[in-house]
Amino acid sequence: MIKKARRTARAAGVACVLTLALGLTACGSSDSGTDGAGDPQAALEKGGTITVWAWEPTLKQVAKDFEAEHPKVKVKLVNAGTGDDQYKALQNAISAGSGVPDVAQIEYYALGQFSLAKSLTDLSGRGAGKLASSYSPGPWNAVEDGGKVYALPMDSGPMALFYNKDVFDKHHIKVPATWDEYVEAARKLHKADPHAYIANDTGDAGFTTSLIWQAGGRPYGVKGTDVSIDFSDAGTTTYTKTWQKLLDDDLLAPVSSWSDEWYKGLSDGTIATLATGAWMPANLVSGAPDAAGSWRAAPLPQWKAGDPASAENGGSSLAIPEKSGKKDLAYAFLEYADAGAGVKSRIKNGAFPATTADLKSKEFLDATFDYFGGQQANKVFAESAANVADDWSYLPFQAYANSIFNDKVGKAYSSGTRLADGLTQWQDASRTYGTEQGFNVGK
Amino acid sequence: MGASAPTAAPLSEGLRPRRASALRTPHAKSMGRRPRRSVLLTVLTGLMLVYALVPLVWLAINATKTQQGLLHSFGLWFDADFALWSNIGDTLTYDDGVFVRWLLNTLLYVVAGAGGATFLAVLGGYALAKFDFPGKRAIFAVVIGAVAVPGTALAVPTFLMFSQMGLTNTPWAVIIPSLISPFGLYLMWVFAADAIPVELLEAARIDGASELRTFFTVSLPLLAPGIVTVLLFTMVATWNNYFLPLIMIKDPDWYPLTLGLSSWNDQASTAGGEPVFNLVITGSLLTIVPLIAAFLLLQRHWQSGLAAGSVKE
Repeated sequence: MIKKARRTARAAGVACVLTLALGLTACGSSDSGTDGAGDPQAALEKGGTITVWAWEPTLKQVAKDFEAEHPKVKVKLVNAGTGDDQYKALQNAISAGSGVPDVAQIEYYALGQFSLAKSLTDLSGRGAGKLASSYSPGPWNAVEDGGKVYALPMDSGPMALFYNKDVFDKHHIKVPATWDEYVEAARKLHKADPHAYIANDTGDAGFTTSLIWQAGGRPYGVKGTDVSIDFSDAGTTTYTKTWQKLLDDDLLAPVSSWSDEWYKGLSDGTIATLATGAWMPANLVSGAPDAAGSWRAAPLPQWKAGDPASAENGGSSLAIPEKSGKKDLAYAFLEYADAGAGVKSRIKNGAFPATTADLKSKEFLDATFDYFGGQQANKVFAESAANVADDWSYLPFQAYANSIFNDKVGKAYSSGTRLADGLTQWQDASRTYGTEQGFNVGK
Repeated sequence: MGASAPTAAPLSEGLRPRRASALRTPHAKSMGRRPRRSVLLTVLTGLMLVYALVPLVWLAINATKTQQGLLHSFGLWFDADFALWSNIGDTLTYDDGVFVRWLLNTLLYVVAGAGGATFLAVLGGYALAKFDFPGKRAIFAVVIGAVAVPGTALAVPTFLMFSQMGLTNTPWAVIIPSLISPFGLYLMWVFAADAIPVELLEAARIDGASELRTFFTVSLPLLAPGIVTVLLFTMVATWNNYFLPLIMIKDPDWYPLTLGLSSWNDQASTAGGEPVFNLVITGSLLTIVPLIAAFLLLQRHWQSGLAAGSVKE
């Protein structure tokens, strides 16, 4: 029953995205959102209540601390859904013109959808423009566009390879430094233990695009409403060739990420590695406590040996919707949570920062992880963050594109379709959708 | 009511079949057991029973496991440590006891929404069955048409309308749409047409009872089985409602249980989130207990309601 209702919810969401993009042209004529930036200090002293839509658990403490520091301010922290669910709700509220929060958590990949529709406040006039050097390049590039700053980076996900050391040791497998070695490790592991897989993958848009990013592929180009989508460049081909080998030999566990089966696999060693963002440790600690001490973090395998490249996976920002009525107060909170004292509190509670000062601080780098057998894992992550190429961009309708990923590319995981063909179909469907929404879509 | 002869006769006549049917049920059970048995039908029924019960059994078994136990034990059997009580305790206290708040919200939506829907359906169904007025056929067409429109299809337009009226994010956004139950209305209409003899109403009118009094003292008791049936339907619909609150309510303080549990479930798929599958499962079990209780308590009325139509003819 619930399942069914959710599917309908998804369909309704698609309809909402439709209205959003249609609204693009209508929104185009409105002023470009240089609002009269007031004095945050005065707003803080005057007090008031701001509503924050976010699902990030570490913000609870930040909101409490912020309230303690500014007794007249109340922060109403609302979990309006995780990821896509929240974006639909936000889109609905923006279209309806009421119930719009003052601050919203938005993942980097989905920012374009809101900033291009002019639904977000440009923060550059409020001092955010001077913060460029405070953040690592990947996240900053995601929130900034043509001199305008649409959000402040909250966390980041420079990728690393998490691996189950016990499983690797048991089967005498060397930690792979390149993706070719990774494929070899996958073969060796699955041969030694047919129940065990090097990784799980049932088709995940965010993961696929991140690996293409690392491989040097730049399938998306965005300049205002001019959009290009091309999954045939060299970087993408590098990725598909290697990943196809894993698919051909059934070396990937058919388990979806975040399912209970996935947590089970991470706990019992049948899923031996995880290439994902540096925010993962907190999830391992709470989701796979049985495997404490077994896991380690290693640099992400490379496409070319000796040429370290990395990519971001996940990570989100805090933005102020254009329709918020309390922008001064909202910005004060944003600054506190993403650039001020809130960052330290969030790191303490397991979040991975986007601020360079913290990424470089000795305290941060020297922190040991009991879960990783005392490893100073942040050193691995910080190095990855520094190696992220910052010229990647997502589509302004990435949320929709990701939602159809499994219809197109998913076939490569379930049937005999080639991964490259699946990506071509995804590219064509995304182009068609973009054109329908009024973008100038080229190759 | 006056005890004049013409009233008494139809009154007892009207009541007798219902009483009789209620009394007959246990008899019919003990006597009608004999007929031939079909192995095939028994097996099929058995399969259906298993199909219906396995998820419930799974839920009950897994509510006794810890989060870790869930991951390393076999799904349809118990884990070494029995954690049901601590799970229930954790469910009720997790996140400052927000589960209790969601339970109370759900109760509010059910009492106001399903109760109100039943009340309106009874009034409307009775009026449509027992009074003649112009436009009745048109209303019939609208009601039948409305039965065919799924509530989910109306949710988004309703959201846009409600948000203009400033009603979203309030309990009204869930209660008001729940008040409308075309199916309940139709059911009451059909039921009232059968269950209340026109002669009985005429007798009451001749005795000088007002329409309102006739409705409450004569008709309402006769409608009881139908009312219970409609109440159960609307209750289940409101209790399990997911999509409407999902669209309308963004404030966790006003979530019903369905949304709350789903938000707990989503925690597992968030960076830095804590998976609490054990609480989701225990919470789901707690969520269905009141519904099961309602069914068991109202079952007797409901059965006689189902039987009423068949015995009457």
